[in-house]
Amino acid sequence: MVDARGFACPIPVLMTQKELAKGPASLEVMVDNHAARENVTRLAESAGYAVAVKEDNGEYTLTLTK
Amino acid sequence: MKKFLPVLLTGIVIGVCALALTAAGNPANMGFCIACFLRDIAGAIKLHSAAVVQYVRPEIIGIIVGAMAAALIKKEWKAVGGSSPFTRFMLAIAVMIGALVFLGCPLRMVIRIGGGDLNAIVGLVGFIAGIFVGTIALKKGFTLKRAYQQTCVEGSFLPVMFVVLLVLVSVVPSLFAFSAEGPGSMAAPVILALAAGLVVGVLAQRSRFCMAGGIRDSIMFNQWNLTLGFVAVIATVLIGNLILGKFNLGFAEQPVAHTDGLMNFLGMGIVGWGSVLLGGCPLRQLILTGEGNSDSAITVTGFVVGAAIAHNFGTASSAAGAGANGPAAVIACYALLLIVTLINIKKAK
Repeated sequence: MVDARGFACPIPVLMTQKELAKGPASLEVMVDNHAARENVTRLAESAGYAVAVKEDNGEYTLTLTK
Repeated sequence: MKKFLPVLLTGIVIGVCALALTAAGNPANMGFCIACFLRDIAGAIKLHSAAVVQYVRPEIIGIIVGAMAAALIKKEWKAVGGSSPFTRFMLAIAVMIGALVFLGCPLRMVIRIGGGDLNAIVGLVGFIAGIFVGTIALKKGFTLKRAYQQTCVEGSFLPVMFVVLLVLVSVVPSLFAFSAEGPGSMAAPVILALAAGLVVGVLAQRSRFCMAGGIRDSIMFNQWNLTLGFVAVIATVLIGNLILGKFNLGFAEQPVAHTDGLMNFLGMGIVGWGSVLLGGCPLRQLILTGEGNSDSAITVTGFVVGAAIAHNFGTASSAAGAGANGPAAVIACYALLLIVTLINIKKAK
């Protein structure tokens, strides 16, 4: 679980990258802006993860699964 | 290809608008320059008294309003702020001082490159070096901390004030200072400048276009899509200048530029490093201001104050070369960047 709410890019991407380096089967990432959502999605997909996005009142929960 | 298209399109449109604005009256190689235009606004509202750079640039207002409209329509407008605002204000002052040592923001740097100004290549090397230092800071854990939700007033205050400025300039121009000569006196018609700003504001909001973000992401994540926008501006302006017969390759006699290589390198180095710490180049800060980010609004205000400082204290360069206090200001800005960087690196738990 990565809580990157309130952080501007590239910090959410860095936080996610750090967790993905441990090679988890799945990971939840919370962000609260569209640029972070797009950038984390791009990183996850390039690392071979599928990304499901759930939006709740301007906050996004990204579920990354291998 | 689909993910590259918005950035590519934004880069090409910025290039075309820059050529058109210059043809319609803006200073040479200055179709767009966020630093120069904010500096002109600072002069127009009499924060500095450099007579040659005073004008309320409608492009700036267009960019902010365009970004705001695009964000509202796409339901991306959100009032946020509170991520080390005063630190951002100080970083913005440093970035502006650096930009005015070089004579241009990153956007004008690539427009200058497209015009054949080789001094801007020296600036580019400094810019990349500065960004590289910034990425090291990010990897070490640099952060200006979280931003939080704010009120709608907080998120829209600066955009509204820019619109008020535009209205005041139209209704009571005598309140403001306008250059009679020099770059500040050279301007495209207001409607054209405003329209170009609006178009660029909308596209840059949609594509997340950022001059510093492109190089930063290329270095950090091997993500090249934003860099494509960077290249698109250079290519468009280069081709346009070749067609229009305005391409002039060389170091000497370039418009609104000087040939002091060390100062060009160091000036853009400050802009690169500072922009990475701020999370985006000056253009991106305008876009984020339109999206309701009050940290960016503070940053833009810092740019305006930085421009006033640069001219009031003789740190800005001119076509003749570096300002009398330019070298001292450059040293002070690097000291500030280093201190802010070191203090805000959070040790990993």
